[in-house]
Amino acid sequence: MAMLAQQIPRWLNSIKLSSFLTAMQLRKCFPRAGKTLLPGFFAQPQLSSDDCFLRSGFKTYRTSSVWNGSQFTNSSSQEIKCAPNTLLPSVNEPSQKIPSFDSELSLEGLDDLPPLSPLQPISEEEAVQIIADPALPPSSFTLRDYVDHSETLKKLVLLGVDLSKIEKHPDAANLLLRLDFEKDIKQILLFLKDLGIEDNQLGTFLTKNYAIFSEDLENLKTRVAYLLSKNFSKVDIAQMVRNAPFLLSFSVERLDNRLGFFQKELELSVKKTRDLVIRLPRLLTGSLEPVKENMKVYRLELGFKHNEIQHMITKIPKMLTASKRKVTETFDYVHNVMCIPHHIIVKFPQVFNSRLFKVKERHLFLAYLGRAQYDPGKPNYISLDKLVSVPDEIFCEEMAKASVQDFEKFLKTL
Amino acid sequence: MGLDGLARLHGLFAAYKPPGLKWKHLRDTVELQLLKGLNAGKRPASEHRVRFLLGPVEGSEEKELTLTATSVPTLIDHPLVRGPAFTSLKIGMGHRLDAQASGVLVLGVGRGRRLLTDMYNAHLTKDYTVHGLLGKATDDFCEDGRLVEKTTYDHVTREKLERILSLIQGSHQKALVMYSNVDLQTQEAYEMAVSGVLRPMNKSPMLVTGIRCLQFAPPEFLLEVQCMHETQKQLRRLVHEIGLELKSTAVCTQVRRTRDGFFTLDDALLRTQWDLPSIQDAIQSAAPRVAAELENNLRPGLGTQPFSPGWPWDSEGPSSALGLESHAGH
Repeated sequence: MAMLAQQIPRWLNSIKLSSFLTAMQLRKCFPRAGKTLLPGFFAQPQLSSDDCFLRSGFKTYRTSSVWNGSQFTNSSSQEIKCAPNTLLPSVNEPSQKIPSFDSELSLEGLDDLPPLSPLQPISEEEAVQIIADPALPPSSFTLRDYVDHSETLKKLVLLGVDLSKIEKHPDAANLLLRLDFEKDIKQILLFLKDLGIEDNQLGTFLTKNYAIFSEDLENLKTRVAYLLSKNFSKVDIAQMVRNAPFLLSFSVERLDNRLGFFQKELELSVKKTRDLVIRLPRLLTGSLEPVKENMKVYRLELGFKHNEIQHMITKIPKMLTASKRKVTETFDYVHNVMCIPHHIIVKFPQVFNSRLFKVKERHLFLAYLGRAQYDPGKPNYISLDKLVSVPDEIFCEEMAKASVQDFEKFLKTL
Repeated sequence: MGLDGLARLHGLFAAYKPPGLKWKHLRDTVELQLLKGLNAGKRPASEHRVRFLLGPVEGSEEKELTLTATSVPTLIDHPLVRGPAFTSLKIGMGHRLDAQASGVLVLGVGRGRRLLTDMYNAHLTKDYTVHGLLGKATDDFCEDGRLVEKTTYDHVTREKLERILSLIQGSHQKALVMYSNVDLQTQEAYEMAVSGVLRPMNKSPMLVTGIRCLQFAPPEFLLEVQCMHETQKQLRRLVHEIGLELKSTAVCTQVRRTRDGFFTLDDALLRTQWDLPSIQDAIQSAAPRVAAELENNLRPGLGTQPFSPGWPWDSEGPSSALGLESHAGH
């Protein structure tokens, strides 16, 4: 059946692999090769979402090697994506005829047809009607090849979802290709909009948490109801979900455990814990081990008292998830080299949020100029938060009383 | 931006490496910043593509179909589908500096990496300022290493130090001649040696071509060293040996490179200047000088400039590379 195999690619190109067909359907269409090869022919496919079109379509044929090996090994490598089988015709071709399709084809006609040869002359009209668009690749490493053929992907791009990041996760990309916009995605998008996420923020949210499409809508609603029951307002929940997109993918028990952990560990009032979590919702989605370790570090290694730690954390929640090494290095420099006692560090925990090299450079410049005065009791006092947070020009002008060029020259002597 | 930004990004430039930063982190940071700058520009993206579609022939009354070229909208070139234009840049590194040292570090981007090899083959000297501290010795010759010995240093005077420095310079001068593989009896070699061009043009151990003391305030002292084929650890070992020669001990508190070949402190870009426009300007301004110097140095013979730019032997006073009065390191 060699020539049959050769005919198949051209025929398939015309239908753009746009639906699932059984072998008998394919076979029956063959004799009318010239006139019926119109795209848009399989308008609303009723599809099973299991098999890739190509695999089932070709099972009955001993096809040529061109189509053989590549797409059937779906399990092998990460890169393979099956051609989507929820495709609608990608291009508006209203002028095309959609011939009536006889769905009751049988396999009996298979061996009776006269073989068609590509060298057989055909008329001009038939030639014009053969549409030979390049075929959709059966597997690809990028979603660029499929974006024009899939309504789902098109609508996601127009929403603002970054497909170039999602295609790096092959499971996610396969999932998105198989989903139908009307059935699955729309409901979840409407749910998110109800929650309070604006249209322009949906894109960034979905780029991070594409797995939300595989969640059950009921589960999502239960989780939101749980958060509401814990006295988080709707606006707060929207903000939390925006900042930590994976929040709604956590089950109610998990969320409960985490909230309970923070309440016990930090021993803050319920309202303060709630404010903390709203400010930094990734506390609920991240791992708890670094938080436990950081609490121990602040208490035992750095020597802060419990109420001091509570104060610092309510001001700078990021300290709970900061890297232990960086925190200890910063503290070591600020306490031992700059000789700043604990109670002043507690007043300005912003030093733990800034880069160490910035603190070092500015302190050394002030020390060189003789203006490194961090004791609030004495004149010319420089507060720690201003030291780290202001930009260079303001720092040089107000605190160091020197020009930016002097600061740069000084940096080149370090 | 984008492609024409990339076009101006071929060549050599110098960055100032602060102490405490590994050279690899510096290279990665510079690469990230350059990529950020290059990807920030708008990319021309076609929003349509041409396809040949079947449509009715105009003016005919029958239902005849023919192919016509139509422009259909497409999302293939949409920025969210294509991704960023630049994902990596090739940046090469000149002579490395270890984590505790600081100073001028030469980097090459794109076609400038070839010039890095040329710079290496030119075997130019480098200038360092080295701060030493008398009175203790450690295992890795740095101030924060494991303490090995503590000594007194009251007997050390500036004269003794300078005598030792000239001894060092003399012995290294002999080594210089030896490793240069020239017969000093010839006229050419003699003239090269006199004008200061003589140096080994292949691998050799560390050679100090010039060393002098800029400041001496016991226990601290400041040396300026001009050397080639060195590592910073060998410079610290040098300080340690100077301490031993002075019948005391010394550790090195700071090693700072002030010149690498023809890149000086003035050309070096600070951390705040590691972004696309400043690096492009730095490459452009350094390009003619780089070309001239490399051409000079790769051409052998007497026509070459002295490889130690601007170190007149008999002028007193601190070199211009110091800038401000150097402060006590810690």
